[in-house]
Amino acid sequence: MMPAGLSFEQAPPFGVPLRFFLTAPWFLVLAAALLLWQGPDIFASRWLPATLALTHLLTLGFMAQVMLGALLQMLPVVVGVVVPWPRLTATLIHVPLTLGTLALCIAFLSGTPDWYRGALWLLGPSFGVALTAIHFALWRAPVAGGTVIALRCALGALLVVVGLGLCLGGYVGWGLWLPIVTTTNLHAVWGLVGWTALLVAGVAYQVVPMFQITPSYPRWLSRGFAPLMVTILVAWSIFVLAGWGAAAALTSAVLAIGLAIFAATTLYLLVQRRRKIGDSTLGYWRASMISLLASALLWLAVSWIPALGSTQPAELLLGILPIFGFTVAVINGMLYKIVPFLAWFHLQAQLFQRAKVPTMKRLLPDTAIRRQFWAYLAALLLLLAAALYPAVFTYPAALALGVTGAWLGTNLLGVWRMYRRVVQEGSAGSSAVTQSAVVLDRARSS
Amino acid sequence: MDTITEFLADEHRCCDESFAATEEVAQTGDLARCRASFQQFRAAMEHHFQKEEAMLFPAFEQATGNAMGPTRVMRLEHQQMRETLAGMDDALAGGDLDDFLGQAEGLLILMQQHNIKEEQMLYPMCDRLLSGAAGSVIQAMRDLPAAQPT
Repeated sequence: MMPAGLSFEQAPPFGVPLRFFLTAPWFLVLAAALLLWQGPDIFASRWLPATLALTHLLTLGFMAQVMLGALLQMLPVVVGVVVPWPRLTATLIHVPLTLGTLALCIAFLSGTPDWYRGALWLLGPSFGVALTAIHFALWRAPVAGGTVIALRCALGALLVVVGLGLCLGGYVGWGLWLPIVTTTNLHAVWGLVGWTALLVAGVAYQVVPMFQITPSYPRWLSRGFAPLMVTILVAWSIFVLAGWGAAAALTSAVLAIGLAIFAATTLYLLVQRRRKIGDSTLGYWRASMISLLASALLWLAVSWIPALGSTQPAELLLGILPIFGFTVAVINGMLYKIVPFLAWFHLQAQLFQRAKVPTMKRLLPDTAIRRQFWAYLAALLLLLAAALYPAVFTYPAALALGVTGAWLGTNLLGVWRMYRRVVQEGSAGSSAVTQSAVVLDRARSS
Repeated sequence: MDTITEFLADEHRCCDESFAATEEVAQTGDLARCRASFQQFRAAMEHHFQKEEAMLFPAFEQATGNAMGPTRVMRLEHQQMRETLAGMDDALAGGDLDDFLGQAEGLLILMQQHNIKEEQMLYPMCDRLLSGAAGSVIQAMRDLPAAQPT
């Protein structure tokens, strides 16, 4: 009677997701360094090699890194299916993803086909393993609730994003012919709307009601939103490829309205939360959903006022708002729940009643979270300002980005350090106990 | 007629409410009120655990012939939560509200990821497997008297 593969087993080893979470923040620091190095010129166009490198440091280096790590962690909880060989799978995704992101950025900056090829040889297998492992788990999910539906849609979209990304790499690395502007736009929209927004939605259906203690998302939204968005994305892509301008504008407006509805619903649920104590990640959820709402409204404006769409600031804002506003915020906030919780959870399992386990708030104090949040907010506002007035705001934005990234990285490293110290102390304590028991036994028997 | 999923998910929401109320009182620093609120919350949790462990899980295990599957993990997770609740009780006994709130943070996530597994998977499976007998299992759970924390 048991559906095949159903397993309620506990989380994978701590090291499986942790390596992704500890790596990701330093890509924000690299992005800041690139911004400092390139200066205001980087905001001259979204097509500049340095701008593309900056974008991919954020999307691959930070976003994909955490998203894939978190999926390996949460699939057993949400869908009851364990990803096979978790340590090996994590290594096969994490190492080539990290190196591939660096190689791709060097490729953008140097323009050398060899680096593009190298990046493709790393990123292709990394995403190949991730897609195979996660699809394998998701399609065996025994019960398909709203979250599973959204995750399946998001994973389908990731397949499209990676496919298009590899084609674009083939264009520069091997001279493959492509309509480059259209392909890039499809790659970006599938990445941000299909993969990112639907993944966040799938996670939000669980996380927002449960951790903030709010009412549930309406059923029509949690079951219908993701499939509808994917269907419209497909239609939009066909219209774009066929060159049907009016139909493409209409469908892109529907996509923007869909995102706005999701963001507004989430903000409304957060207002109704019954957990009244100041939760340290609430600010991140709010910043994220306000950014998503702003992205959607700007996108809507751009589709109906073409004169606005062709302006440089509008194009840049349509990158900064969804990437650094919507996604980086929600990921940053979630990391502050996931990492201290997993450390506490694994410590409890390992040190069961042998030593006192520090609580989540001791592993990562609220004050550290709050201060880094202000740095994040400053970075977001300065980046938005830099899109409008690059000459004035680029350098302050770069500094703020570096500070918030390094601060996040240090906060998470602090959790890991305390985790290791407690494990060492705990096992030292218990081996001392065992040794003295052995001595006592010998004394008794002699 | 209620389904098992509706009946027990409602209990989860009641426990959530009680958790939020306790946390709120703890933050005001009023130790006496916090103790009272926590005792209520802990009793509600324990009563819910016992309904599942005494009535629902055995019915599920009988229907599937499997006592080592999902119900084993659910029982283990109940135990983990009981230990955390005991730790919170110790913190209150020592008057340490910071420690209490720190442990509450962990408990909330333990509770919620446990609830996800039950509400998304185990309860719907119980409703399907027990179909006709579901009503009597719900009645048995309703009738189970509250017991002391174990």
